[in-house]
Amino acid sequence: MIPSCKETTRLLSLGEDRKLAFGERLALRVHLAICNGCRNVNVQFKFLRLAVRKLSSDGHPEKSA
Amino acid sequence: MGAPKPDSSPLSSAPDFRAQVERMRPYLLRYAALQLRDAATAEDAVQEALLAALAAEANFAGRSNLRTWLTGILKHKIVDAIRRQSRERAASEPGPGDDPGELEGAFDGLFDRRGHWSEAPDAWRQPEGSLQQKQFFAALETCLRALPERTARVFMMREHLGLETSEICKELGITATHCWVMLHRARMALRLCLEKNWFAKT
Repeated sequence: MIPSCKETTRLLSLGEDRKLAFGERLALRVHLAICNGCRNVNVQFKFLRLAVRKLSSDGHPEKSA
Repeated sequence: MGAPKPDSSPLSSAPDFRAQVERMRPYLLRYAALQLRDAATAEDAVQEALLAALAAEANFAGRSNLRTWLTGILKHKIVDAIRRQSRERAASEPGPGDDPGELEGAFDGLFDRRGHWSEAPDAWRQPEGSLQQKQFFAALETCLRALPERTARVFMMREHLGLETSEICKELGITATHCWVMLHRARMALRLCLEKNWFAKT
């Protein structure tokens, strides 16, 4: 019923690329509620996205022109 | 010296604008090389972008950040190059070939047999502060280069060029499922690499 950590990282990644189905969101929420490690990975995936987008602005926060 | 150049020629750009643009070449090359592993293709893309930029100098007027503007132009040239490459590859190879074992190492030892963490990941310290540091981006580039080529390409198309999965699938001729598998592996490998090479050291 509750997904494993490995499966949870798959769902976390998937959630960055498409809208998750209701069942997937539910499974994810239940797992994250009890798993600190996967909560950390969730934050890290989002940080990764931010960091890679900033690559093009030379590591400095982009100033809006 | 022959007839004067017409005004529309890229060569008519103000010399200092040309010099400014030219100074960005090393940065743009590094940027292109991250996404196009083939050095010659990366150079071609940068050359095309620089020529396009010189021809479009008027469009730059009033913008504050030359680098951001040039990077935007280069992104389009990179997507063009990826399109060309995947067309050529489709013509010369029977299929894109799945890489089922690719990056399996990103998972080795992370999970036990039941799929639970062998060692649960810790939170990273001060990730926002890292984004202010040049060395962090150098570490990130190193980690990106360590990814298998196709995985890196899919990841950069998704996260850096900001394409949707459906577009990536179309360009590379792979299924959405394969695409998601590669993105998952890329993220797992990158978080592990950054943890080892950056967050464990800061």
